[in-house]
Amino acid sequence: MWSFSEIANNLHQWLTGQFNDTWTLIIEMVLAGLAVISLFAVLGLVLVLMERKVSAWMQVRLGPNRVGPKGMFQTLADTVKLMIKEGVTPANADKLMFNLAPFLAIIVAMLLLAPIAFALNFQLWDINIGIFYIAAISSLSVISILMAGWASNNKYSLLGAIRSGAQMVSYELSAGLSILTIVVLVGDLKISSIVASQANGWWIFKGHIPVIIAFLTFIVAATAETNRAPFDMAEAESELTAGFHTEYSGMKFALFFLAEYVNVFIVCSIGAILFLGGPMPLHIGNWEGFNHVMDYIPSSVWFFGKTFFLIFLIMWVRWTFPRLRIDQLLNLEWKYLLPISMINLLLVTAIAILKWHF
Amino acid sequence: MGASSLIVLIIAAIAFSGIAILISKLVLKATVNKQKGEPYECGVPTQGKTWVQLNVGYYLFALVFLIFDVELVFLYPWAVVAKSIGWIALVEIVIFFFILFIGFLYAHKKGALKWM
Repeated sequence: MWSFSEIANNLHQWLTGQFNDTWTLIIEMVLAGLAVISLFAVLGLVLVLMERKVSAWMQVRLGPNRVGPKGMFQTLADTVKLMIKEGVTPANADKLMFNLAPFLAIIVAMLLLAPIAFALNFQLWDINIGIFYIAAISSLSVISILMAGWASNNKYSLLGAIRSGAQMVSYELSAGLSILTIVVLVGDLKISSIVASQANGWWIFKGHIPVIIAFLTFIVAATAETNRAPFDMAEAESELTAGFHTEYSGMKFALFFLAEYVNVFIVCSIGAILFLGGPMPLHIGNWEGFNHVMDYIPSSVWFFGKTFFLIFLIMWVRWTFPRLRIDQLLNLEWKYLLPISMINLLLVTAIAILKWHF
Repeated sequence: MGASSLIVLIIAAIAFSGIAILISKLVLKATVNKQKGEPYECGVPTQGKTWVQLNVGYYLFALVFLIFDVELVFLYPWAVVAKSIGWIALVEIVIFFFILFIGFLYAHKKGALKWM
């Protein structure tokens, strides 16, 4: 049965047969670059359409249905529209910062793709501090938002950026603590060993109630970190027009939009890897027959299925709850989520030491 | 692919956004207009300066965050070895959290976590 890792290995062997080592490396780098760029483009197109379709479905509307069959090419048409719009730089803005911010947003989103396991044994870089790397890089994304908001020289942008700065740094804490619960259970920071530890069942099933609490905290924190409703203080439309990207237009706006959706994909895939087994098929203890049947479904299908399920969950939350006020939002983090996740971490440590998990 | 993948990713990101912006620059025909450069504030002329001092609340939250974030960095190496060390690890981290919690209570008492 063919899989992503086998294709990659075959390609590598074929390339080493044809060229010398340096050329093989260069060709592989070019191929990897093209692959991540096309992944970016496809993710943008799919997720924006999915968001619009899901919101339409939640609100009993039809959603986009004119461009192509069932409105499938709507985002493509939108991209073309954004491409022929002028990207205006305000006269009083800090021009360098203003133009640099969308690049930074895209670079951060792109760098986060490195350790993510898209299929079994299929990663760009299986770095030995994988989950720490993700926590470190993802905290950079707040800088691009602050840069954009400050450089715009617009009151709405500044308020949106400052608010989202306070929000994103706050929710990083409970996200980090819920990531740590899994690190305690696995005893390794490597993504591949976190995935391998779930071969006989996913952590959300193996780890009793504390892991489920950690999962819920992670989902709330992920929603807040990607600035999505009900935590979208950064771009609260009814009060701040568009928040930190009020002044952005044309392709620069599109890049911010794309970075936001790719970030949603990335946090959901991290949630899937940590709690739902990532590319690991559904295995139950020692039910040999059942496990064997599940192994026939390719691991990439499992990964993308779980990730898109989590994305759907986050979209569902967006169209269900009203937006929080900034003080309610900070209260929720500092007075409830942070103490809960700290005590939860202690509980999980006790479970790990007692070996109560399955 | 190893560490070279980071270089690939950075170059890919810059190329992706650079080409997208370049294409839109080539396709469109920009017109010069003085009104375009003004900040968007719903049509009304903008009043006063934008780069002003902000509410101190944001700053206090950032300070408290800094303490907890450093704590989080300390927790990563602990989390890796906690299972193999056993009960001592749990006791140590309870003491660590207790000290941290006193600091948190102090910040709370001082009103650093109260909005406005």
